[in-house]
Amino acid sequence: MQTVQVNNLTKKFGDFVAVDKVSFNINEGEIFGLLGPNGAGKTTTISMLSTILKPTSGEALVNNFNITTDQNNVRKSIGIVFQDPSLDDELTAYENMDFHGRLYGIPKETRETRILEMLRLVGLEDRKNSLVKTFSGGMKRRLEIARGLLHEPKVLFLDEPTIGLDPQTRNYIWDYIRKLNKEKKITIILTTHYMDEADKLCDNLAIVNRGKIVARGNPKDLKETLGGDVITIQSKENHKLKEKLEKSSWIKEVKEHDGSITINLQHAENHVAEIVKIADKEKISIGSISIHEPTLEDVFLHFTGKTIYEEESDSKENMRLHSRMWRRSR
Amino acid sequence: MRGVYTIWLRNIKRFLRSKSRIIGSLGPPLLILFVIGFGLNSVINISGGTSYVGFLIPGIISMSILFSSIFSGIQIIWDKQFGFLKETLVAPVSRFEIMLGQTLGGATTSFLQGLLIMIISLAIELHTTTLTGFLTAFIFMILVGIAFTALGVAIASRMDDMSGFNLIMNFIILPIFALSGALFPISSLPSWARTVTLFDPLTYGVDGIRYGLLGTSGINPTLDLVVLVGFTILMIVLGSYSFKKMKF
Repeated sequence: MQTVQVNNLTKKFGDFVAVDKVSFNINEGEIFGLLGPNGAGKTTTISMLSTILKPTSGEALVNNFNITTDQNNVRKSIGIVFQDPSLDDELTAYENMDFHGRLYGIPKETRETRILEMLRLVGLEDRKNSLVKTFSGGMKRRLEIARGLLHEPKVLFLDEPTIGLDPQTRNYIWDYIRKLNKEKKITIILTTHYMDEADKLCDNLAIVNRGKIVARGNPKDLKETLGGDVITIQSKENHKLKEKLEKSSWIKEVKEHDGSITINLQHAENHVAEIVKIADKEKISIGSISIHEPTLEDVFLHFTGKTIYEEESDSKENMRLHSRMWRRSR
Repeated sequence: MRGVYTIWLRNIKRFLRSKSRIIGSLGPPLLILFVIGFGLNSVINISGGTSYVGFLIPGIISMSILFSSIFSGIQIIWDKQFGFLKETLVAPVSRFEIMLGQTLGGATTSFLQGLLIMIISLAIELHTTTLTGFLTAFIFMILVGIAFTALGVAIASRMDDMSGFNLIMNFIILPIFALSGALFPISSLPSWARTVTLFDPLTYGVDGIRYGLLGTSGINPTLDLVVLVGFTILMIVLGSYSFKKMKF
């Protein structure tokens, strides 16, 4: 059964297309990831699915409710943890939860027990009466996750759940997310620009770039589309080397980017010597050479021709330009 | 209506928790009351036999309500900036409920502040005796609170951050206060200036509270009530319209 169905969803700000005819489905009980650089349109997509923004065109169903015509039922079906903090610092953890419970109309008796249960789940039970402003970033995140679950939503949206957190806290949050997914059988949609996060957590992924979905599938299949291994080479004359290498039949794909060349091929270890020989013949000196199994980073590079970091710095420029123009034109 | 109550409750909780803010906000009104009130008490003669300090008290109560209610409305900007507003906006409650909750919350807390000023004033100079007098004053105080919190929400809905705050302070709040007859009887103004004060909605609030507490008024108290109720409704409509249109 599909909990979320998205069909040609589009959002324009002025003439800037933030989300461009995006379609995907999410199965009940899975962890689904929207992976892409900052500014790719992930948050905009989530904002539309959670009824904060109205789509320009296209449609989507969340828990079988239409996001434009049945907003109230969509809102009751979802829990959401925003990218930026959204807690009231001047209230205690318990009061923040209580505020949420009342807004969602959870009756008093169940409200109290559920708040305590959720706080226990994220390990904040003994801090329930502390003001939120005394919490660390990780604790705030956990509280927000607990709050998002309080009204027993069908779908939980997590927008960059571990952004700005230290590695240890990220691991904790990942554990909580997995635990929730298993124990509560809750469907989770998360956005991330961390490749490892998407790889470790998600059952299925959509890779988003510049408002479009460029690839879809589970992390394993996506990595297998590249076939075999990846060799990364840094040399003085990347471009020349790339041209030479392209002629070799055993190479599936060569890409040049950001000061290095990436090669997709089968059985990389058998061909390293050959590559060095080709370079040597052309008198190209190689700075470094490495072999690794494909990561989602390589998948992203394969589909977009750029690494996620290059894309991020590009699109930030773009967004800045567009948001300025949009503001002016308003 | 559970949304309205929830948001109202949050406002009350935050208010009661911020003791330093409550005490701090009593400062300016009491300062004016003491410095201007007692400073000019022997110089100024108010017709009708009230002392100037006594005359000033309703004005100072209005001032305290005006300032704290507009600030409560503008608080929405902080909620917007610190992200808390999103939590409310994705909940299954309408924006009108959120706006109304915020407005009633701001009205309640500013009424409580006005009440504190009134209690302190009772100790110094206020001689009201009748219960109806108090109740009349309360009604006007609550109306002023609702109207100006709603105005604050309307302003906040159109602002992205606090950078325009000085503008609002200097061109909205201070003129409303200064032109309201809080500090002087409007009857003693030249007729053109009097006309100007009649365009200030707070004038009717001050006059109504003064009628309740002192039994004297410059305008017909019924007219005060009608105008203020009208203005309050207008502000709620404006506030909820702006809040509905708000982008964030």
